[in-house]
Amino acid sequence: MYLKKQNIITEIKNFTINFGPQHPAAHGVLRLILELKGEVVERADPHIGLLHRGTEKLIENKSYIQGLPYFDRLDYVSMMAQEHTYSLAIERLASISVPFRARCIRVIFLEITRILNHLLAVGCHAMDVGAMTPFLWAFEEREKLMEFYERVSGARMHAAYIRPGGVSSDLPLGFLDDLYLFINQFNLRLDEIDEVLTENRIWKERLVSIGIVTAKDAIRFGFSGVMLRGSGVCYDLRKFEPYELYDRVNFNIPVGVNGDCYDRYLLRVSEMRESLKIIEQVMSFISSGLIKTENIKQTTPYRTDTKNSMEGLIHHFKLFTEGVIVPSGEVYTVTEAPKGEFGVFLISDGSNRPYRCKIKAPGFAHLQALNFMSKGLMIADIVTIIGTLDIVFGEVDR
Amino acid sequence: MYNLKKIQSKYLNLEINKVVVYSDLIFSLFYYKHHISTQCTLLSCISGVDFLGKSYRFCVVYHLLSLKFNKRLQLKVFINEITSVESCIDIYENANWWEREIWDMYGIYFTKHPDLRRILTDYGFEGHPLRKDFPLSGFLELRFDNIQKSVIIQPIELAQEYRLFQYEMPWV
Repeated sequence: MYLKKQNIITEIKNFTINFGPQHPAAHGVLRLILELKGEVVERADPHIGLLHRGTEKLIENKSYIQGLPYFDRLDYVSMMAQEHTYSLAIERLASISVPFRARCIRVIFLEITRILNHLLAVGCHAMDVGAMTPFLWAFEEREKLMEFYERVSGARMHAAYIRPGGVSSDLPLGFLDDLYLFINQFNLRLDEIDEVLTENRIWKERLVSIGIVTAKDAIRFGFSGVMLRGSGVCYDLRKFEPYELYDRVNFNIPVGVNGDCYDRYLLRVSEMRESLKIIEQVMSFISSGLIKTENIKQTTPYRTDTKNSMEGLIHHFKLFTEGVIVPSGEVYTVTEAPKGEFGVFLISDGSNRPYRCKIKAPGFAHLQALNFMSKGLMIADIVTIIGTLDIVFGEVDR
Repeated sequence: MYNLKKIQSKYLNLEINKVVVYSDLIFSLFYYKHHISTQCTLLSCISGVDFLGKSYRFCVVYHLLSLKFNKRLQLKVFINEITSVESCIDIYENANWWEREIWDMYGIYFTKHPDLRRILTDYGFEGHPLRKDFPLSGFLELRFDNIQKSVIIQPIELAQEYRLFQYEMPWV
C-alpha cells in the first residue's frame, strides 16, 4: 500500500508572532498577536491591560480633589486635557461658575497641550517609520513647552493645575511675554519638520493609502478626533459642543479626504498651526481678574485669606480633609482632547466622593479597529498604523 | 406591532437619559440608530455601574451620539446579578471591547458576543474588580520569592489597617 503525495492532506496554520509588550515601536506596552501568511497579516489581536492600574476603583475611594492627579497620569503626553474634562464634569454637577480670566488661562494651556501631544505623535510616528531627526526636533520644542507648564504649576509634566472652580494659581509675571516669543518662532520649527517629511518620497510611499478608513467605517468603529476628521467627517467638539471660550475664537478645522495615514499626519500638523492662532487670539483679550471662583465652599481660598482670616482657615481645613460636597446626579462630559473625544461619566451620590467615575478614553476605541485596518498589510505597515492611531497606554488601560 | 415598555425618560443636566427593560434593549438600540428623527450612528462608550444593595444591582449605560443632529443620548438598562444582556455587536461594531471590559470588571455576561474574555485584568485573575464588594486592595498579591527564585501569588498581607479618611461632618 503506497501513500501517494497527492493523498497526503497538509494542514497549513498561520504563523503567529508576538509583537511583544517590550518593543521600541509598540508605543508603550502593547502585546499584539499577529497571524501572518508570509509577510502579510491575516489577523491582529491586541492584548491590552498590561498597564492597568485600577484608576477608576481608586477614584471611587478618594475625594474629588484627591482624584484629580489620576487624570494627569492617564494620557501622560497631554496632561491638562484630562484634568480639564474632570473639572468640567464636577463644575456641571455642582454648578460652579468659572471666572473669565481662569477660562482664558485654561484655553491657553489646552492649546499648549494640543501642540505637545501632536509634536510627540508626529515625532514618534516618524521615528517608528524610520526618520530619526524630526523626533529630536519635536522633543526640543516639547521641552520649551514643558518649561511653561513648570513655570505655572511647578511640575514639568503632571501639573495638577486645572481644578474645579478655575486654576490653582495665577500666571507668573513675564509668562505671556515668553509665550509670545515661543509662538513667533514655532511656525519656523513646524516648517522645518514639514520640509523633511511632507514632500518626501519615502515618507509618502510608507504612508499614502495605508490604513484607509472610509467615513462609514470610522463611524461604525466609534472613532473621534483626528481619526474621524481624517476620513472626511467634519466633527470637532470645540465647534459643535463649545466649552470654555471656543465660541469666541476664530479657528479652522482641517478635514481629510482619503482617510489614510498621510492625511492624518497632515491634519496633525495643520492642527498645531491652528492652535497657535488660538493662543494668539486669547492672549490678545485676556484680562486681569480672579482665577478661582469666589465661593470658598467649593474651591480653596487664597493663601492670604487662609493665613489672615478665620473663615479662610476653617474652609481651607474642611476642603482638604473632607472635600467638596457635590450634589447627587450624573453627567457625561466630553471634550476634544488631542487624541480624540475624551469623556468622563461622573455619578455622584451627594457625598464628598464620586460614586462612579467612568473614563472614556479615545485610544481604547481606536485600538479596537487595529484588526480591521491591518487586514492584508505587511508587518512594517502595522508599525505605521499604530503610530497614526496615536495610542498611549496610560489612557487605554487606565 | 412591537410594544416597547418605556420605564423612564429624563432631561437632566442638558442630557437625555432613557431607561429601558433589558429585553427591549436590542430593539431600542436598533431604533435609535436607524430611525430618521434620531439617527444615533455613533456609540461613544458603554459604562457599567454597581448599585450594591438594590435588587437590580447593575446598570449598563450606552452613550450614543447622533452626528446629524449633534445630540447625545444615554440609554440605561438595570439588571441583577444573574441576568445576561444581549450583545449589540451586530448594531454597533465597536461594542466589542466595551462589552469585554464590562464582563471583566463587573461580571455581566453578554450573550451572542463572538469573543468574551478578560481584557484589562491579569491572565489568571479571578473576580470582578469594579464591583462594590471587591475590596480596593484585592485578595492576592504577587511578590518575588527568594527561595523559589520566581514570582509567586499569595493572599494579601497588610501591615496596618487600610485607612479610609472618611470624616463626614455636615458643614455647608
